[in-house]
Amino acid sequence: MRVLAAMSGGVDSSVAAARTVEAGHEVVGVHLALSSAPGQARNGARGCCTIEDARDARRVADVLDIPFYVWDMADRFRQDVMDDFVAEYAAGRTTNPCVRCNERIKFAALLDKALALGFDAVATGHYARIVDGPSGPELHRSLDPAKDQSYVLAVMGREALGHALFPLGDSASKADVRREAQALGLGVSAKPDSHDICFIPDGDTRAWLDARVERRPGAIVDATGTVVGEHDGAVGYTIGQRKGLRLGRPAPDGKPRYVLDVSVVDNTVTVGPSDALRVTAMDGATPVWLDTPPAQGAELSVQVRAHGEPVPCKVIRADDDLVSVDVTPGLTGIAPGQTLVLYDGARVVGSATISGARRAAA
Amino acid sequence: MTAYLDHAATTPMLPASVETLTCHLHRTANASSLHTSGRRARRVVEESREQVAAALGAGPNDVVFTSGGTEADNLAVKGLFWGRQDDATRRHRIVASAVEHHAVSDSVEWLVQHEGAEVEWVPVDGAGRIDLDAYRDILDRDPDSIALVSVMWANNEVGTLQPIDEVVAAAKQHGIPVHSDAVQAVGSVPVDFGDSGVDAMTITGHKLGGPYGAGALLLRRGLDLAPVLHGGGQERGVRSGTLDTPAIAAFAVAVDTAVAARPSQAPRIASLREELVAGVQARVPGAVVSGDPDPAGRLPGIAHFTFTDCEGDSLLYLLDARGVECSTGSACQAGVPQPSHVLRAMGMDDTQSRGALRFSLGHTSTKTDVDAVLEAIGPAVERARNAGLASRAHGFVA
Repeated sequence: MRVLAAMSGGVDSSVAAARTVEAGHEVVGVHLALSSAPGQARNGARGCCTIEDARDARRVADVLDIPFYVWDMADRFRQDVMDDFVAEYAAGRTTNPCVRCNERIKFAALLDKALALGFDAVATGHYARIVDGPSGPELHRSLDPAKDQSYVLAVMGREALGHALFPLGDSASKADVRREAQALGLGVSAKPDSHDICFIPDGDTRAWLDARVERRPGAIVDATGTVVGEHDGAVGYTIGQRKGLRLGRPAPDGKPRYVLDVSVVDNTVTVGPSDALRVTAMDGATPVWLDTPPAQGAELSVQVRAHGEPVPCKVIRADDDLVSVDVTPGLTGIAPGQTLVLYDGARVVGSATISGARRAAA
Repeated sequence: MTAYLDHAATTPMLPASVETLTCHLHRTANASSLHTSGRRARRVVEESREQVAAALGAGPNDVVFTSGGTEADNLAVKGLFWGRQDDATRRHRIVASAVEHHAVSDSVEWLVQHEGAEVEWVPVDGAGRIDLDAYRDILDRDPDSIALVSVMWANNEVGTLQPIDEVVAAAKQHGIPVHSDAVQAVGSVPVDFGDSGVDAMTITGHKLGGPYGAGALLLRRGLDLAPVLHGGGQERGVRSGTLDTPAIAAFAVAVDTAVAARPSQAPRIASLREELVAGVQARVPGAVVSGDPDPAGRLPGIAHFTFTDCEGDSLLYLLDARGVECSTGSACQAGVPQPSHVLRAMGMDDTQSRGALRFSLGHTSTKTDVDAVLEAIGPAVERARNAGLASRAHGFVA
């Protein structure tokens, strides 16, 4: 196959490219330039878009003896990932930019361009497995559960899955991948892992967002609508948040209070006890199915955060418009905008954007 | 087999130049040393200086050897700017064409940001040639405040020649020194430093069959120019640094050979270029050729196209995969071609200029190279158009 290896300059995508070459494919390396004003050097462990990273990727391509190009997707990235992140935050929704990047850049813009240019597949350094199933390729969790990235890939869709390669999915551990990089003589073998959000190099997501979203003071209310405090802008609050509420009076029951709801439209933050956070049913909009949608009553598991634990769930409804699941005994910290991913064991069934939740008490 | 069509970036070294370089690499001596070996090295440098001067209508004392075009441009722009300031006169304006190489335009911008300079970019027409009326208007407006004029001999992206005679004539009326970057011109079109009347002219080795890292600023004697590199006082005190005898000798041989071969090479290259342009236009309807349509108004070897709905980097990849090596023509930042300031100055919008591709021919080009382009270009453009449309669509998921 003719394979385009997406190369960030990190150790994972470098070894993924090496394994793709090793497998006998005709490989071309591409580094995505995602910033129109890239920094010269990496800052500590973070980031993946500096000129230094591009050079690292180029040097790996040299060692692997494959052609290498830099593709400029900075405009698309700014629009579809960064601006989207800000807009969603301003609308009171909690999104994961890595999910968006996979959905709209890596397995959309990049893959589309690659296919149009005559490539058969795109290989990345994600930790996930593609398994041949009875109805086509299936997306599975990686062998090393600590590194599994199937959650952020679940948005990619079936067609894209058929053109994706994740050569690291079978790795026993990250240490193995580093050893392999070293054995291949790749200069990036000891490079620190990248964390968090690549376009927020200092890791301070809140400060980055606050610099871009206007905040207006408003009321903090309890479930009865009684004003119990004041906030400096509802957009800054996340469901499940406890710290930073600055409520003067203790609650009548003396228990700590948590953010239960954030309404950007009314600029209101609703607080209440931790019991009220527990969600027992969720709805997800714009589902993406990697297989036929599961039957009503199917018993699966659901994960709502990249590094979260899956919990058992029961399918109430699953079609092209909506997915609805029961999660007894319950989940906390569910906010609109988060991605929910349904698993059948290690296999990804589909994903959707959380649009609503029902609480135990309701 | 690789078809190399990027001579405007770097052209292969001439055999005579390689031979000279390797021969001198075996010898030892600092050309500034006073002993026998030093004198021998100095003799090589001075003979090289005379060789370069003779080939370009200059005097030996006009030649200041540099590490190449970028250094020569920096020295000319900054050195002339600083050399023209004194207690009595503040000549803070710099006049430069809007299509200069970054070695000139970024030097000018640096002076604007750090030294209080003011820049007047001279606009160009659709072919990339400066607007002489606008130029003269700029000069007439307070000529005493102008430190220098810098207008390139020939443009590196689209190949358009500039009206150097007129540029010089107008500046001379006001006593303003003129610099011209002639890096792309020497060996391709007739260049006579003495006849041209320019006061400073940039040339470099690797664009005409010489080594990398060797070039010169031809600098009229008596011109006040502040040095940029300070040190041992070599090259009239204008450019300090130990002379690179082997590279200078190889550079001089290349200048001499390229200028001598020009009358036979230029027409040969021009006809290959015509064949390439006609062939591409026949295979890709709608391919737009930039630059002056009149052969007398442009370099013989540059063929610059824009292909609508294509991205230059897609085309570059597709052609590279088929063994055809060319360029998008504009400067890169970390491997990403930036929108061309030259095409922008010529009135092209950035969307269109993304589809730019420059084929440049030189002394080793043959019909086989042209045929390789013509065989690859049709399918490459078709595929790149699909890719361009694909990356504008919203992807699988939506």
